[in-house]
Amino acid sequence: MPPMDAVLSDPAFQNRSQAAYNKQPPPSARLPWMDAFFKNLTRFFAFFVFSILAAILISLLYHSQLTLAKFGFGFLFVDEWDPVKEEFGALVPIYGTLVSSAIAMIIGIPVSFGIALFLTELSPNWLKRPLGTAIEMLAAIPSIIYGMWGLFVFAPLFGEYVQPVLVKLLGPLPIFGPLFKGPSMGIGMLTAGIILAVMVIPFITAVMRDVFELVPAMFKESAYGLGATTWEVVWNVVLPYTKIGVVGGVMLGLGRALGETMAVTFVIGNSHRLSASLLAPGNSIASSLANEFTEAVGALHSSALIELGLILFLITTIVLALSKLLLQQLAKHEGTKS
Amino acid sequence: MASAISPDNKIYRRRRMVNATMLFISGLTLLFGLFWLAWILITLLYEGFNALGPTLFTLNTPPPGSNGGLLNAIVGSLVMATMGTLIGTPIGILAGTYLAEFGRRGWLAPATRFINDILLSAPSIVIGLFIYSVYVSQVKHFSGWGGALALSLIVIPVVVRTTDDMLKLVPDSLREAAVALGAPAWKMIVFISYRAARAGIVTGILLAVARISGETAPLLFTALNNQFWSLNMNAPMANLPVVIFQFAMSPYPDWQRLAWGGAILITLAVLALNIAARMLFRR
Amino acid sequence: MNEQLQIENPKLTVHDLNFYYGKFQAIKSVSMDIPEKKVTAFIGPSGCGKSTLLRVFNRLYELYPGQRAEGEIRLDGANILDRDQDITLLRAKVGMVFQKPTPFPMSIYDNISFGVKLYENLSRGEMDERVEWALSKAALWKEVKDKLNQSGSSLSGGQQQRLCIARGIAIKPEVLLLDEPCSALDPISTSRIEELVNELKADYTVVIVTHNMQQAARVSDFTAYMYLGELIEFGATDNIFIKPKRKETEDYITGRFG
Repeated sequence: MPPMDAVLSDPAFQNRSQAAYNKQPPPSARLPWMDAFFKNLTRFFAFFVFSILAAILISLLYHSQLTLAKFGFGFLFVDEWDPVKEEFGALVPIYGTLVSSAIAMIIGIPVSFGIALFLTELSPNWLKRPLGTAIEMLAAIPSIIYGMWGLFVFAPLFGEYVQPVLVKLLGPLPIFGPLFKGPSMGIGMLTAGIILAVMVIPFITAVMRDVFELVPAMFKESAYGLGATTWEVVWNVVLPYTKIGVVGGVMLGLGRALGETMAVTFVIGNSHRLSASLLAPGNSIASSLANEFTEAVGALHSSALIELGLILFLITTIVLALSKLLLQQLAKHEGTKS
Repeated sequence: MASAISPDNKIYRRRRMVNATMLFISGLTLLFGLFWLAWILITLLYEGFNALGPTLFTLNTPPPGSNGGLLNAIVGSLVMATMGTLIGTPIGILAGTYLAEFGRRGWLAPATRFINDILLSAPSIVIGLFIYSVYVSQVKHFSGWGGALALSLIVIPVVVRTTDDMLKLVPDSLREAAVALGAPAWKMIVFISYRAARAGIVTGILLAVARISGETAPLLFTALNNQFWSLNMNAPMANLPVVIFQFAMSPYPDWQRLAWGGAILITLAVLALNIAARMLFRR
Repeated sequence: MNEQLQIENPKLTVHDLNFYYGKFQAIKSVSMDIPEKKVTAFIGPSGCGKSTLLRVFNRLYELYPGQRAEGEIRLDGANILDRDQDITLLRAKVGMVFQKPTPFPMSIYDNISFGVKLYENLSRGEMDERVEWALSKAALWKEVKDKLNQSGSSLSGGQQQRLCIARGIAIKPEVLLLDEPCSALDPISTSRIEELVNELKADYTVVIVTHNMQQAARVSDFTAYMYLGELIEFGATDNIFIKPKRKETEDYITGRFG
């Protein structure tokens, strides 16, 4: 299929349209400059979209130069955050962002895999669409609703019934024990991670479903033909066949989890203290911004917060870019294989 | 010879167990997902309907302790979502048009597609921070325009992506037929490609509107909030998500009740838009 | 329907088999015996039901909703269409090779051992032997013995298809179903596979579907001609190709079809 502008610049086409023009000229309908204008207009806006990412980076860099200059790389490794003394370090929110997202991934990946497996291999046809839509609706619910519901409904129940059990069962364990110690307040890193998990499930599931369906039927049939069970077919054939795409989907979910703001802000506890326990309140980059930015006192505090935003943007951009590259690679791979 | 293949085979019995267990767990994970959806929606319906009432739509947000509604926030949200969509949609459609129609050669289209996909999932709070840096901090006050701009930056990637995808689905034979009639490229695109991809593009716009209807983070640093009735786009503007955030985090029960009222309004709006988009696209 | 061919030693006995894709009937009342340790070929125009029939023999059709078979197929006496029949075991007993090579995304060695491990707990040495045995049977051993750890998809198309055959025979099935195994291969690879089929019948009952009549004539002992879901004629391959009883068969094999 020739690209559009190749057709247009083809001399045969130009002659032909020239001839048509000569034959029947309704002058109002033919505006030769319109083509160039329209093409350049669309190109201008494409370039606009292309430059947004760089514009965000530059503006965040520019507005965080105060703290960039004052703290340098040390900003990343200091756990103090004191607007009064003007001492700022990003360790606590970075830690909180990474840990809450890690919890979300630990729960979200296997659950998404299970759901994708159910929807692609087990569900009767008539149930596929309603079940798939219901799971997608998890992504449609605004994040502030997750936050509110988490704060008012989930956290109290979780703190009262689940956390004490975790403390009792897992607290005494040697390595994992310290992660589950302390008072059960309901809110905290673990709560934030669980709610994030629910929020990323629809994204990871959607990618997994899509890539699972890319596996040619004949591959699955040949595994079934050897006498493999459904689980063996999925685990040994479908998953290895689609692993690049699956990782891409996981990265997409991770990118979402890292940057999620409102849901986390409600339930993470907003405490600038580093704590080993997952039950303790913490802070994430996004929730620090949501809580403090409009009330920032002084230029240095604003600059520190904007630098946090810059860090978050860099991390999510890298993760999302990796995700996109992996999914592109799968698409290419797919193109050559079948 | 084939003695290994029999129902009594130990390995086979274990495999059958593993299979049954794993498939059972797979069913459980699905229930796990549905469980949260149901729990959230049921809570929302219960708390939300308790908060619903005519005054929700006729009174402005109150000071703590007095009677009030969400009128100014509802109107503010509508105004900013409308402006954000009006700004973002044309930019998105035109950029998407370049990607699908003109960008088959050269670096700009693939690079833009790549960056657009990153923007699609970029943290919305950073978008708010960006508009704060380049607009709000320059004009030196929070404003409805700031909110609309931030929302438009969320609309753009959604519309670019769907426009690009949908235009790529238009068969080239249709384009060639139009060009063969002597139609110039812009006419071919406007009258043939857009028309053929219309349902898909509108779906994309609906999804974008759904997305921004619930967005809170980008409004925090741009529109902020306004306790009073105001249609001035150059002043701080009330909006549902930020009101929900502030009221829910407050210690006052009547504010919290209003927050639930706002929550059910935006959730119903977002779900309705999503379902409308799906139905439109399926046709 | 013509009188049924009498086979002395049937491995599979098909009796009054009907098959439906939803409402469409793809196989109409087929009855026949498939002889043990011989090659039986199915020929006929596309859509005649020959591949469908193959997929009934290992009940692969059950992966898809809306497809169902009625009738009886006895494998060593037991009706495999019975609801009590364990399909996973059935599929281990009835191996299948597909139109296109389908190496699993794993090494050559693991491609073979994957199926074996499903039923047998072999030591490393025994597994090595089994892999070598299967690859030798499939006439692939010499070509791959130095690269068993490479991915199965690194092989050429013809090698991949022989790998799939090796994978199928490694678990020592009783019946081997070949669904147009050469349709994606070049002539040299095709002739290697045909030689292989000839050797395999010493140990296995082979059923091959092919759209290539010369291939059927070359490799099979018995040939069945199907048309529009019906079994038109079934007999010794020589008889079918030299003196077919039915006019339809003759028209098809002489190319006057349609």
